[in-house]
Amino acid sequence: MVTAETAIKVRGVSHQFGVEGDRRFVRALADTSLDIARGELLCLIGPSGCGKSTLLNIIGGLMEPSSGIVEVRGQHVRGPLPADIAFVFQENSLFPWNTVIENIELGMIFQGVAKSERTARAAEALEAVGLKDFAQHYPSQLSGGMRQRAALARALSLQTPILLMDEPFGALDEQTRMILGEDLSVLLARSRKTIVFVTHSLGEAVFLADRVAVFSARPGRIKQVIAVDEPHPRKPEFVTSAKFTSLRNELYGLLHDEIRKAVQQSAAAGTAPAALGRA
Amino acid sequence: MVGKTGERPSRDALASRLIQACFLVSLVVVWYLAATRWGVNRLLLPNPLAVYDNLLDILQSGEFIDDLNTTLGELAVAFAISVTCGLTLGYLISRSSYWIEVFDPLFAAIYSIPIILFLPLFVLFFGLGPPSKIALGASISFFPIVINTIAGFGHVDRLLVMAARSMGASNYHLFHHVLLPAALPVILTGLRMGFTTALLSIIGSETLASLAGLGHRIVHLAEAMEMARMFAYIVFVVAIAVTLNTIVSTLEARGRRN
Repeated sequence: MVTAETAIKVRGVSHQFGVEGDRRFVRALADTSLDIARGELLCLIGPSGCGKSTLLNIIGGLMEPSSGIVEVRGQHVRGPLPADIAFVFQENSLFPWNTVIENIELGMIFQGVAKSERTARAAEALEAVGLKDFAQHYPSQLSGGMRQRAALARALSLQTPILLMDEPFGALDEQTRMILGEDLSVLLARSRKTIVFVTHSLGEAVFLADRVAVFSARPGRIKQVIAVDEPHPRKPEFVTSAKFTSLRNELYGLLHDEIRKAVQQSAAAGTAPAALGRA
Repeated sequence: MVGKTGERPSRDALASRLIQACFLVSLVVVWYLAATRWGVNRLLLPNPLAVYDNLLDILQSGEFIDDLNTTLGELAVAFAISVTCGLTLGYLISRSSYWIEVFDPLFAAIYSIPIILFLPLFVLFFGLGPPSKIALGASISFFPIVINTIAGFGHVDRLLVMAARSMGASNYHLFHHVLLPAALPVILTGLRMGFTTALLSIIGSETLASLAGLGHRIVHLAEAMEMARMFAYIVFVVAIAVTLNTIVSTLEARGRRN
């Protein structure tokens, strides 16, 4: 699946919050470099607060790194690239005062897509995520899983070559996220998008990714990258295979010490690390 | 978001409306009995029937029009000033968390002191006519409006702003499709509170120091011991106030729904 062409190039990216010496100073991300090939699905996994969401926001141009450079399809990222990159956030990123269909169309309105094309693309995206019958519902009338399907439909409707997903299923229960993961794998195998997917679920990472980048505890840096050599779309049986189990165990081994370190850090700082890493 | 209200009122709601109506009616009955049977001095408490006759006379003769125009004119100007200043300043302050930290507590503190205390000062500055009422009404109603505008625009979910930015929203798009709908319910509440306080303070201040207006008329009649007519004017002012507040509340509810 992986072609040689590079879609996203991350070079020596570091990020810190606050000013050095300040009580709230946090070095979130340290000297990270990474190449993401076109059409690849890369998972970022690591302990809470390791800067994986920060890296995603930097790639998407929503945050400026303290140092380092990100290039997307050959251009230096200095701000949002709505024509190239669509985001799916963790939860509640739909506008609560708009219906599902209005939410999906709004992104296209921002980009000046003509009315007739908007309607067609929105319908197509809703169909793809299985929410055809919920176009006129408000987000508050949907379950958490359906809201994330709607957010995914909004991102798909933008027809960007790159999709950045920040723990999109993080707030859902285990069964809902399993089904969404399977559907996502089918959907994305068809679309051949380049995807960066932040998660802290080991199983989700192995099930979805072509490669998994494992982060160390704060300040986050990439500890190791593991390849998952399994064609898309992934079958549900993949989860019970020996290959899945051994990859999951390998990830667990890599992550375990880092998670312990992160927990000790947050206990020492007296803060929840998740509150710092988010943003 | 879906119209749960506006469906047929439940039996409980109907019963409580009935009790409210009975309460008001019995209040008038007690008033009537006190004035006619229990020998309360007529100079203190006029017969409600006499009040009713006076009210009819006031409405038919149209003598209320000048006073009503004065009061509503003051209200309109005061509210226009406080809305313009409150919305503009509130929006500008809400653009920076630093300015929110500076001004939000300041406005909340000033809001908590009774600004009516400055009425003598306003009368000295602006005289006994409408300008001093306008100054008082505008400065009192400015605070709920500016505080709610800051709260509305200043606490929009950052994730929604990020989502809009990531999809290429311009500043205009962001304001029109994200900031405004997020802030509108809170701002509308501020506008309603501002309107009510402006109305109260303007009529109130007319009773203290003024040359014209409904409040002025009421005090004038009290001093002339024309109690029945004074009560009739009070009823008239209450009706005006209830009508205006109902209109504003309805507009608020409608604005929230859209």
